[in-house]
Amino acid sequence: MAHAATAHEAHHDHPTGWRRWVLSTNHKDIGTMYLIFGIVAGLIGGALSIAMRLELQEPGLQYFTNPQTYNVFVTGHGLIMVFFVVMPALIGGFGNWFVPIMIGAPDMAFPRMNNVSFWLLPAAFGLLLISMFVEGAPGSTGFGGGWTVYPPLSTSGHPGPALDFGILALHIAGASSILGAINFITTILNMRAPGMTIHRMPLFAWAMLVTAFLLLLSLPVLAGAITMLLTDRNFGTTFFDPAGGGDPVLYQHLFWFFGHPEVYIMILPAFGIVSHIISTFSKKPVFGYLGMAYAMVAIGAVGFVVWAHHMYTAGLSLKTQQYFVFATMVIAVPTGVKIFSWIATMWGGSMRFTSPMIWAIGFIFLFTVGGVTGVVLANAGIDRQLHNTYYVVAHFHYVLSLGAVFAIFAAWYYWFPKITGYVFSEFLAKLHFWIAFIGANVLFFPMHFSGLAGMPRHYVDYPDAFAGWNRISSIGSYIFAFGLLVFFYGCWQAFSRKQAAGENPWGAGATTLEWTLSSPPPYHQFETLPRITGSEH
Amino acid sequence: MNRFWSRAALAALALGLAAPASAGTGQPSPWQMNLQNPVTEVAARTGALHDGVLWIITAITLFVLALLVYVVVRFNEKANPVPSKTTHHTGLEIAWTGIPILILVFIAIPSFSLLRYQIDAPKPDITVKAIGKQWYWTYEYPADQGGGFGFDSLMLSREDAQKANQPALLAVDNELVLPAGKTILVQVVGGDVIHNFAVPSFGVRIDAIPGRLNQTWFKTDKEGMYYGQCSRLCGANHAFMPIAIRIVSPERYAAWLVEAKKKFASNADDSVKVASLSRVD
Repeated sequence: MAHAATAHEAHHDHPTGWRRWVLSTNHKDIGTMYLIFGIVAGLIGGALSIAMRLELQEPGLQYFTNPQTYNVFVTGHGLIMVFFVVMPALIGGFGNWFVPIMIGAPDMAFPRMNNVSFWLLPAAFGLLLISMFVEGAPGSTGFGGGWTVYPPLSTSGHPGPALDFGILALHIAGASSILGAINFITTILNMRAPGMTIHRMPLFAWAMLVTAFLLLLSLPVLAGAITMLLTDRNFGTTFFDPAGGGDPVLYQHLFWFFGHPEVYIMILPAFGIVSHIISTFSKKPVFGYLGMAYAMVAIGAVGFVVWAHHMYTAGLSLKTQQYFVFATMVIAVPTGVKIFSWIATMWGGSMRFTSPMIWAIGFIFLFTVGGVTGVVLANAGIDRQLHNTYYVVAHFHYVLSLGAVFAIFAAWYYWFPKITGYVFSEFLAKLHFWIAFIGANVLFFPMHFSGLAGMPRHYVDYPDAFAGWNRISSIGSYIFAFGLLVFFYGCWQAFSRKQAAGENPWGAGATTLEWTLSSPPPYHQFETLPRITGSEH
Repeated sequence: MNRFWSRAALAALALGLAAPASAGTGQPSPWQMNLQNPVTEVAARTGALHDGVLWIITAITLFVLALLVYVVVRFNEKANPVPSKTTHHTGLEIAWTGIPILILVFIAIPSFSLLRYQIDAPKPDITVKAIGKQWYWTYEYPADQGGGFGFDSLMLSREDAQKANQPALLAVDNELVLPAGKTILVQVVGGDVIHNFAVPSFGVRIDAIPGRLNQTWFKTDKEGMYYGQCSRLCGANHAFMPIAIRIVSPERYAAWLVEAKKKFASNADDSVKVASLSRVD
């Protein structure tokens, strides 16, 4: 059998050396490149945040003698983490690797476009990094207007070319994501194996399908908004300049029409991953499969009509604010369905606390904490006190840094044996979890307090009264960073000791198709399409 | 409904959930864990709603945590070697959809009434204008209310604030002086980029946007100093353009108006005074 498979594979192109990677059309190789890219970008984005925490550890200016440089770091941290870490890791990385395998497809629908999607990303990242070193605001380099890039700070406030590089970086990253989204949608809709009906499809594939639609519908709006910004900056248009009849608030509406779906783009794949891990290690099928799938569809759909809850202090009318309060609160309902369905999946199960499982359980709890503070902020009346304070920073880091990033690590430890063929030390993976769990909570929980006390975001320096909680937060960030050392040591150890993982290291609960393949899977899988007969749901 | 929230807030305070003892008035205090003490009806209502919702979300989070702990203890491999095959329970699914909806409606009712109270400004006794600029505020007092002058309000350096025995990064050279017991409408606009006029103890936060006249209002009976900070990233010295409001008795306000009119009269000629502060190092 093995011999026959090898002989058969010889008919397919299996490039080696640099051609295998640069010219790759293989979804697994491209997925691997996305993961490595995400790790590298994550180190840079993380280093920026450590620099910020160093500065904020004490009141006064310690390291950033020019406060504008701090703003550039904040902006770089946000853009890098969103566009070059979380999205590439979850969508390009794990999505590319496992969506085709889970639905029983040999590869993505458009393999060459997949290559373009990936290689646009280093180009975009390069432009963003260049942006940090060319003039932005007068007398300083880089763009320091936040990842939201609000005008007029992003037009008249930054006359230098830094933001032009930034806008082009976002255009290219956006094009990369749109191509990727088209690829995922086509793959999932057309290339499912015989018998893999849409209602038998694994939840990660569901999550990626919804995510791809959100990308496809929201990114063009961002592209439009930043193009208008580009022409306002360079060609004398006044879309956002009141002096020429424009309106800065128009930009905010356009940005957040993209920006809010974007936060679900970052968390929906995490939902899919967590569902699989919880089900695998509870040795039970996912509870309420259809409810889980359509909760994600509902979150995605409602996510498009709640954008102005980011703009409660912009001077919106009473009725507008009332609508957005109402619509935003609606999102809590499908999110609650997901949380309770995960718990119900574990209920009655026979749980094994492997490293991916404890990361996933940690995700559920921390995402709940971030979710309920979202309910607080949804109320425009309360948001009046919290808008642009550290409470908001705490909220979105609980759902992104402790949500999406915990899901990325859960996925890493879950699929590492499948991707590499090697066993990752359970001890180190769990040690990493506990360090990260403690570090992230020490880092972000006190931000609720400093936010309630009134500390605004994007501040390089603060009144002395805020010093206490800021010091604690900074200590938390160092703990979290130390956990990353454990992570990298674990990776090094796994690759050097080369302990074979086998086809399915996780046992009977791992029922999706990737566990039927070898570890790592063959270069081209499913040359004979698998036939899916039943559904466990 | 309101009374319920106040009572819930009081209960929260009693349990130490809100740590009231450490909260500052008009400015933050060290290790503060909750909102600054309110001195206006808007801020009091906002705080009461926040504390009420805090109770609800704390209960939800503890409930989820309890469920997680229970399943971990009860349904692990050792305790439950044979997993069940249950994947549906219509009653449960209806419950965990329906109950959250009820909780949200329960929150939405006081939330909507608070929102209306904040946005529907009553007829003002006094109107002032606040213009956010890189990186200071300009305040203007209309002529028909005994004003007819404007002035710039710049942050004091750490040393000057210390000398004046005022909080660093919050104290300014020229405070916005206003009377107690009067309804005050603040018109807010951005002079260059977007800034944000925020005073936590008043429950006030509104963007200062170029080309758009926003407004907010407050009324307090408590004289004293109330500080806020710019809450919209506006460039290099975003952290260094605080808002400082001194609330005085109507009599002292009248006296101040006369004095200020003389002091700031010269500003009428060069109304766009360029700030001498280029960077606070």
